[in-house]
Amino acid sequence: MSDSNIIPKWLSVGVIPLINLFLAFCVSGLFIFFIGENPLKAISVMIKGAFYYPGAIGYTLYYTTNFIFTGLAVALAFHARLFNIGGEGQAYVGGLGVGLVCLIFDQHVVSFLVTILAILGSVIFGAIWGIIPGYLQAKRGSHIVITTIMFNFIAAALMVYLLVNVIIEPGQMSPETRDFASGVGLVQIHILAKYLGLDMAMSPLNLSFIVALTVSVGFWFLVWRTKFGYEVRSLGHSETAAIYAGIKVSSTIIIVMAISGGLAGLVAINELLGVHNKLLLGFTAGYGFTGIAVALMGRNHPFGIFLASLLFGALYQGGTELDFEFSSITREMVLLIQGLIILFSGALAYMLNPLVERVYLKYYGNYSNA
Amino acid sequence: MKTNENRRGNETIVSLPPYIKSAIELKNITKRFGHVVANSDVNLKVNPGTIHGIVGENGAGKSTLMNILFGLYKPDSGMIYLNDQAVDVNSPEKSIALGIGMVHQHFMLVPTFTVLENVMLGNEGSMFLKSGEEFVLNRLKGLSKNYGLDVDFEAIISDIPVGMQQRVEILKALNRGAKILILDEPTGVLTPQETIGLFDILRSLREQGVTIILITHKLKEIMSITDTVSVMRGGKVVADFSTEKTSPEELAENMVGRKVLLSIKKPSLKLGKKVLEVKNVSHESKDGVNVLKDISFDLKEGEILGIAGVAGNGQSELLDILSGIETLQRGQITVNDKTIVPSQEWNSKKAREFGVAHVPEDRQKRGLVLPFYNYENSILGYHRNEEYSSGFLMDKRKILNFVDDLVKNFDVRPRSSSISSGKLSGGNQQKLVLAREIESNPKILLVGQPTRGVDIGAIERIYEDLMKLKSKGTAILLVSVELDEIMSLSDRIVVMNQGTIVGETNSSDATELDLGKMMSGLEQV
Repeated sequence: MSDSNIIPKWLSVGVIPLINLFLAFCVSGLFIFFIGENPLKAISVMIKGAFYYPGAIGYTLYYTTNFIFTGLAVALAFHARLFNIGGEGQAYVGGLGVGLVCLIFDQHVVSFLVTILAILGSVIFGAIWGIIPGYLQAKRGSHIVITTIMFNFIAAALMVYLLVNVIIEPGQMSPETRDFASGVGLVQIHILAKYLGLDMAMSPLNLSFIVALTVSVGFWFLVWRTKFGYEVRSLGHSETAAIYAGIKVSSTIIIVMAISGGLAGLVAINELLGVHNKLLLGFTAGYGFTGIAVALMGRNHPFGIFLASLLFGALYQGGTELDFEFSSITREMVLLIQGLIILFSGALAYMLNPLVERVYLKYYGNYSNA
Repeated sequence: MKTNENRRGNETIVSLPPYIKSAIELKNITKRFGHVVANSDVNLKVNPGTIHGIVGENGAGKSTLMNILFGLYKPDSGMIYLNDQAVDVNSPEKSIALGIGMVHQHFMLVPTFTVLENVMLGNEGSMFLKSGEEFVLNRLKGLSKNYGLDVDFEAIISDIPVGMQQRVEILKALNRGAKILILDEPTGVLTPQETIGLFDILRSLREQGVTIILITHKLKEIMSITDTVSVMRGGKVVADFSTEKTSPEELAENMVGRKVLLSIKKPSLKLGKKVLEVKNVSHESKDGVNVLKDISFDLKEGEILGIAGVAGNGQSELLDILSGIETLQRGQITVNDKTIVPSQEWNSKKAREFGVAHVPEDRQKRGLVLPFYNYENSILGYHRNEEYSSGFLMDKRKILNFVDDLVKNFDVRPRSSSISSGKLSGGNQQKLVLAREIESNPKILLVGQPTRGVDIGAIERIYEDLMKLKSKGTAILLVSVELDEIMSLSDRIVVMNQGTIVGETNSSDATELDLGKMMSGLEQV
């Protein structure tokens, strides 16, 4: 990426993203103004919806959890200069792993063990869905962007087939499996809080959030503290240098895609083990795609990804509230705002750099003149 | 005189009227990039119909200055005069229109096009190619006859040697009506014979009134062809000389700002046992070209074997195979009494385990991961060693200790472990790579183009380090396109041409002329 050499890091990592965000909100505000609503009121509804109303924070963090997983998935691949667009499909197939483990074992094995196995199942199935494009890239030269996109479609078709024809609960119409046994799943935080004597509003936030935070720390450790991470970053920055250093390019690509797919697969534990308690159609709801924007905004660093995930979580949750509150603001309008944020902080992330550079030099760059 | 004939693409070169005092004059040019002052208050004056040399270390501001003249950069302040008239060169198009042509270090040619198509590019005339083709062809014939620029206009660029490609670049500029020609390091890729050919062309261009600016770091070339010369250092022109009245020593002193030893103190030759034996190695590239044919040689402890040759004659592939980057296809390699044949596993990791260290030809693409910090690059390729890691984790503290010593002992500037290696100058990048490879205590060191794009101060240091290593008994295989370097460093020289070894000689017996003949494939010894 084209980080500037001129402006200091606090500007490029701290200030510029905030300006971008501000611009996105300004343009969104214009749209809201045009449809005859008050932008300031809209924003206050959004903020309240995301953080203030009872259970709002829970919902926000629940969405955040999904974005952390898919954001990390995209980021890891990106450290090896692989553009993994397949987070959506990997998350979906990860769900199949969770579903199969639960449906097969939940009547025979202790619930706690089933839950552990289901988590492993999500990772392994997601990993497999990442390994195949990884293998095709490494050994056959098929471009990872194309194959991962295709694998999203294959995953969607496969899940429809399985859910409609094979693992559907008999005797009903909606394409979903039976409920998992009652003890299986990840505890929701508000229930946990009740045990501890705290009163929390109901929300779907569950232990997956803790898993996401742990995985984030593990991600940082893996990328910046291990030999493998060193090799991945070498490969990402310069394949020729990686070969020179004796790094095996193809196996590194495959392993990275395996871990990346596994990370995306974890979305399933939040959705299926934490909330729905069954496997159902379309539970990924675009989280995999938004993960690309999250990784981009978070600069492929787990802390940045956490912040970006929080932002997108708040947008999702606050957006729903917006939809409720204003009759003229629809779900599509909320998508538009999200789109603008992705546009300004992702695609146009470096748009302001030349301007900021010039302003910075004007005020701080003068001493070389003297 | 037909000075008014200014139809596009139809300008003829005319000698300038005698009252013009200077073809190019740059006055007080200053250019900053952020905090970095690339050119500071530069003044330069070139008389019409002369060859003017510009020398200076890397980063002295030569390229920036030329890019300003060519309209690629806009100066922060200062004036440019062409033929005594102030001009505003704000784009390459403008500068071409003003009669400035530039031949870049790396050619800007479409490899799959013919010579004619390349010359026409951007100058096609009308929508249909036919008329433009004929027109340009006629012009080209005239130009090539006038200046002795013999080229086959129908040949495909990728089929003709680099020397020819360079002529195409010059023709391109002349076809656009260039009266001022800037050449950036034009001889880096040429054989001595091709260089002589180029200089003949430049002399005949000068006779026809073309003004030439030659950027080079080869002082010998400056002495042999230029009329006047400017030395740049630290973004400034520090001295102007008439070439007749200066000497290489004086130029070098001005470039570096202190006295420089251009000669090398070679330690006495103490040969040990044979550590590398290459036997009948052949190699076919991915395109099916036989890039190496039946290569055999050996190397002893404490010996420096130089491999001379024009770039692209198989030296790079040889280095790649010996260092494990390429697989061994045919033949065998014996390293420290261990023999590798094609069926065995052979890769960079293995090569390092066998005690083969490698300073690659392209340090920016291979030797370093440019965005990495120095401490990360200081272990590239050795990151698996137990000294820097425990289990699957890296030990950052040990790495930092190591790199602190490294940058100190090998004088890598700035002496920082946490600066991106991409921000170092070429010379310091090379020192870092060399330091890393030397510190691995290799049995054999493979070195490719150790001083390419490296400034004189750093070259001195790199040569010293290599000599120190040699006296410790390490065997060194040196690949370089710089004949001077090969001749002054090596104990023994082999010459490669088109993938074969065409000759071998002791460096004490070698003359530049003989080597040059072998390099061009004219003479087998």
